[in-house]
Amino acid sequence: MKAPRLAALLRQEGAPLALVAVCVFASLRYDAFLTPENLLNVLRQNSMPGLVALGMTFVILTGGIDLSVGSLVAVAGVLAANLAGRGTAPALAAGVGAAALLGLVNGVVIAKARVQPFITTLAMMIAARGLALAATGEQSVRVDRLSEGFPWLGRGLIGPVPVPVVVLALAFGLGWLVLGHTRFGRHVYALGDNEDAARLMGLNVASVTIGVYALSGALAGLAGVLLASRLGAGQPVAGTGWELDAIASVVVGGTLLTGGQGGAGSTLVGVLLLGVLFNLFNLEGTISPWWQWVLRGLFLLVVVVVQSRLGARRAAAAATA
Amino acid sequence: MTPTAPDATPGAGGAEARPARGRPRAAFGPAYGALVALALLVAANAAFTPNFASASNLWNVLLQVSSTVLVAVGMTLVVATGGIDLSVGSVMAVASAVGASLLDRGAGAAVAAGLLAGLAAGALNGALIGAFRIQPFIVTLALLITGRGVAQVISDGKLIAFRNPAFEALGRGRLGPVPAQALIMAAVVGAALAAVRATSFGRYVIALGGNEKAARLAGVPTGPTKVVVYALSGALAGLAGLIETARLGASDAAKVGLTMELDAIAAVVVGGTPLTGGRASVGGTVIGALIMQVITTSFNMRLVPFSWSLVLKAAIILVAVYVQRPKLA
Repeated sequence: MKAPRLAALLRQEGAPLALVAVCVFASLRYDAFLTPENLLNVLRQNSMPGLVALGMTFVILTGGIDLSVGSLVAVAGVLAANLAGRGTAPALAAGVGAAALLGLVNGVVIAKARVQPFITTLAMMIAARGLALAATGEQSVRVDRLSEGFPWLGRGLIGPVPVPVVVLALAFGLGWLVLGHTRFGRHVYALGDNEDAARLMGLNVASVTIGVYALSGALAGLAGVLLASRLGAGQPVAGTGWELDAIASVVVGGTLLTGGQGGAGSTLVGVLLLGVLFNLFNLEGTISPWWQWVLRGLFLLVVVVVQSRLGARRAAAAATA
Repeated sequence: MTPTAPDATPGAGGAEARPARGRPRAAFGPAYGALVALALLVAANAAFTPNFASASNLWNVLLQVSSTVLVAVGMTLVVATGGIDLSVGSVMAVASAVGASLLDRGAGAAVAAGLLAGLAAGALNGALIGAFRIQPFIVTLALLITGRGVAQVISDGKLIAFRNPAFEALGRGRLGPVPAQALIMAAVVGAALAAVRATSFGRYVIALGGNEKAARLAGVPTGPTKVVVYALSGALAGLAGLIETARLGASDAAKVGLTMELDAIAAVVVGGTPLTGGRASVGGTVIGALIMQVITTSFNMRLVPFSWSLVLKAAIILVAVYVQRPKLA
């Protein structure tokens, strides 16, 4: 009996426990870790990947996947940087809108043409990256120096808190509300739990599917705009590999890749866990960016393997019960 | 998923492959449309792209297509099992970096080490997919990122240039008028055709993709088959990485094999192997790879930026997958 109970505990509370453990370890090893500056810095650095992970949570809850988010970050950033001179609102709207539109295209192809999500979004990942590169001539687009409000989005502070962190908190609050307390949220879970049953119950599967991919695109676009504002430029290579971090954050938080189980709160824990781990690598200071890529990929693998093991045990326990 | 076209390659039952006689459409099976598309593409380029139809350029297309074909043949087997391998481009980079950094111990050692690295990476993919039942695209996506990082770590982020005639022969040598890599390509395609049609391994692959549960119940060793299929895909990607490296005379870990997974998947689906598995069309894949290469070459010759070809290729994949999507019951 002991092993299943431990597995259940790990599955339900594993990510928060790991987050606490990593934070305790980090604060013991590095004096610099538990300072307000460093903690706010960790939050700020992870606010943009965090937004992407929130969108990915919706998609994965329906049993889908969105590999295009990294490229949508680039498209939105390039577009927003280009329009920053005409005002903050148009730049923000254009960046988020364009990414949401491309996400909508993903959703339509998946829901109406019935092409698998991973191949649809893989094609979008490559096509959108191609668009961003071709439209900019593979150069980064500087934000107009005269633009007043635009840099504030990524660099500004509200009290002591960076603006992107406030945006992240608001987005996760909203996401939690939508998933837990709205009809759309319940449809997302129903779709991921059993698509056929959801369809038979009269749920409009196509519109929910299109909705989650458009939302994922919009959040990736928001992340791209914030990033462009932070960097003072829209880079066509921005967001490379972010789909991986987003998937890892969602999965490590405890949301099942098969859909139907998980939520915004667990993804936030996943984002923070990943963020603190990479903050540790940075504090260590000796790990080259290439090694960080290696560790990123391996981390995702380990997390997915652990989840599949715990899931298999749970299934076995359910079968014998 | 059961195969729908009765005139195509065998389904889960593993019946003998028999090309239907009579109409040309049936003879080429699912690759018929791809063949027509290739002919149209070549004809259009011959008419509108200056110098496209010259002998030297056509040799060039054949030279450059060989690494895509090698990777795409491995991808065909993977896709036939109902899987996918997104890591092939990064595995090419790993093999390239391993090979180039071991060249001072001789060309033979470098090639062996590069191939072994590709084989090991692929076997790791297969083991994780087979043993832990994780979706193939997640495992191989992780290796896509990890592999590129490993290649950069091995080469320390620098270009590794070399002079080694024996190794360079792999990408530049000729046997009479025929380029060495075209010979390698022909040998690999021939072996893959034979394996799919006439070996129990080929039947296992098709059966696995047709219906995994039924295949396991029928005694197909599904786990080992997956490991072998992904290991083959890795080894072929490694071979392609070594050939590219030999052709360029340098190893650039940031560039070798970049977006190769796109070309390979496109070649496979355009060639008539459905992403749902259960069928393998090696000949169709060769035609698909030629289509992708003609697009790349004509974009280069017309000085259209490489980035636009990414958009076009992504669209081609979507259309090909859409056309072959499983019919709703």
